[in-house]
Amino acid sequence: MSILILAEHDNSEIKSATLNTITAAIKIGGDVHVLIAGANCSSAAQAAAKINGVAKVIKADSPNLEHPLAEEIAPILVALAPAYSHILAPATTYGKNILPRAAALLDVQQISDILSVESADTFTRPVYAGNAIATVKSSDTIKLITVRSTTFDPVSTEGGNASIEDYNASSASGLSTFIKHELSKSERPELTSAKIVVSGGRGVGSSENFAIINKLADKLGAAVGASRAAVDAGYVPNDYQVGQTGKIVAPDLYIAVGISGAIQHLAGMKDSKIIVAINKDEDAPIFSVADYGLVADLFDAVPELEGKL
Amino acid sequence: MKILVPIKRVVDYNVKIRVKSDGSGIDNANVKMSVNPFDEIAVEEAVRIKESGKATEIIVVTIGPEKAQEQLRTAMAMGADRGILIKTDTPIDLGGVEPLAVAKTLKAIIDKESPDLVIMGKQSIDDDSNQTGQMLAALLGWAQGTFASKVELTDGVINVTREIDGGLETISIKTPAIITTDLRLNEPRYAKLPDIMKAKKKQLDVIDPSEFGMTYTPRLEILKVSEPPVRKGGIKVANVDELIEKLKNEAKVI
Repeated sequence: MSILILAEHDNSEIKSATLNTITAAIKIGGDVHVLIAGANCSSAAQAAAKINGVAKVIKADSPNLEHPLAEEIAPILVALAPAYSHILAPATTYGKNILPRAAALLDVQQISDILSVESADTFTRPVYAGNAIATVKSSDTIKLITVRSTTFDPVSTEGGNASIEDYNASSASGLSTFIKHELSKSERPELTSAKIVVSGGRGVGSSENFAIINKLADKLGAAVGASRAAVDAGYVPNDYQVGQTGKIVAPDLYIAVGISGAIQHLAGMKDSKIIVAINKDEDAPIFSVADYGLVADLFDAVPELEGKL
Repeated sequence: MKILVPIKRVVDYNVKIRVKSDGSGIDNANVKMSVNPFDEIAVEEAVRIKESGKATEIIVVTIGPEKAQEQLRTAMAMGADRGILIKTDTPIDLGGVEPLAVAKTLKAIIDKESPDLVIMGKQSIDDDSNQTGQMLAALLGWAQGTFASKVELTDGVINVTREIDGGLETISIKTPAIITTDLRLNEPRYAKLPDIMKAKKKQLDVIDPSEFGMTYTPRLEILKVSEPPVRKGGIKVANVDELIEKLKNEAKVI
């Protein structure tokens, strides 16, 4: 039995969610192969070959794969599929966009966002915004699965010595063309893999006021997140959003500032190891999940906390 | 241009769902049902395109029970021209009509209706799979613009700005195409009473899935549905000093 991982990368480095996805594959059991589909992606392929537990890297290096267009990558997965029992991708916007397209072409009912591996054909996954957990058993001969990175530890990026095999990708389908990226530039750690996350909500009040959240985050070496309310109000860009429809995070420490704790926000952070809530409304639902709650005006408490750390 | 908007009847997003004690699913008897929020955004986008003069007809389609006509009427009150119900009593939330089967059914509708554009929600808030749009695009061999936060129609191509993990990405896709909506694409309108009345008179066809040769046998067997582990609240600290002390010495996270 062999398992193929669709790796998320930027042609030079492997994105961290790929490492958690490999752990899920190891739990299923079997040889782990990694597909690097990109353009001038040798460094990414070499990085993948060093990952602990990877037996083989398949490198599809072609100009039409420079940007991850589902129309270009799905056919590669379909062509490789017969050799595999499972194909796994991280449940990031990358994996979510590409994998279902391959699943339909293979006539497979994909299993999205798994939380655990019960056996080679049985998995748990969240439904209803994580308010219920379904245990599902697949009857498809090949399983296509996206993996929630926060519930699997990452494998080590060192220790592997896999062979790299070239795959000749076909030319561009012409259906879809990349135009541009507008990526948030930040020196801070990536939200989904940060050990500490400081998030602000509607209570922060404005884009300018978010400076106190940023300052606390920088002191802690933390990533900055936000509730949907704060994103919708335009305080921060939308890729800051933590929640059911945003990013799912599970850091060691999550500090929720001026966040009331709507169900959709809790769905994105309730697996954090320690949750701190700072809110002036003592009845805010966030306190029901917080390990440490501080009822205080955030404009006093956050600068004080930052100053005393 | 003809636009098809697939929508889904789901438990309203404000309802706190209850897991059935026998672990067989969710208790959704007598709870408020609504149009899936992402699908409302899809209907709104289609209506705005029609209002801008770039579309001539909007068809809404759903797969579900007899009562899913309510959600079609809601979409028609927002501005869709006619509705199609693929009527089935198979559950549509869990362990019944799955994304792949939905995509196959929609493909059959598309083969018949020949729309130029399909706009649909990126995921339904019950099953949370986020698959159907991508699968439908695959089955049709069409381009896909998923998780859209901005859609610009030009001649023969559509520029779609997508919400991705690091920020935004803009792609240009050939039509016909599938677009799936993200939250910030638009803010759906509330239908006005005269529009609700008018929607009652709009055409609504009810079709049996067997007409397309579709049967709904799930590929994923739901062995059980359980409550997530409950997170217990902790303590309230009196001040910032106590908070720092707890984080350092008790939780040991800083």
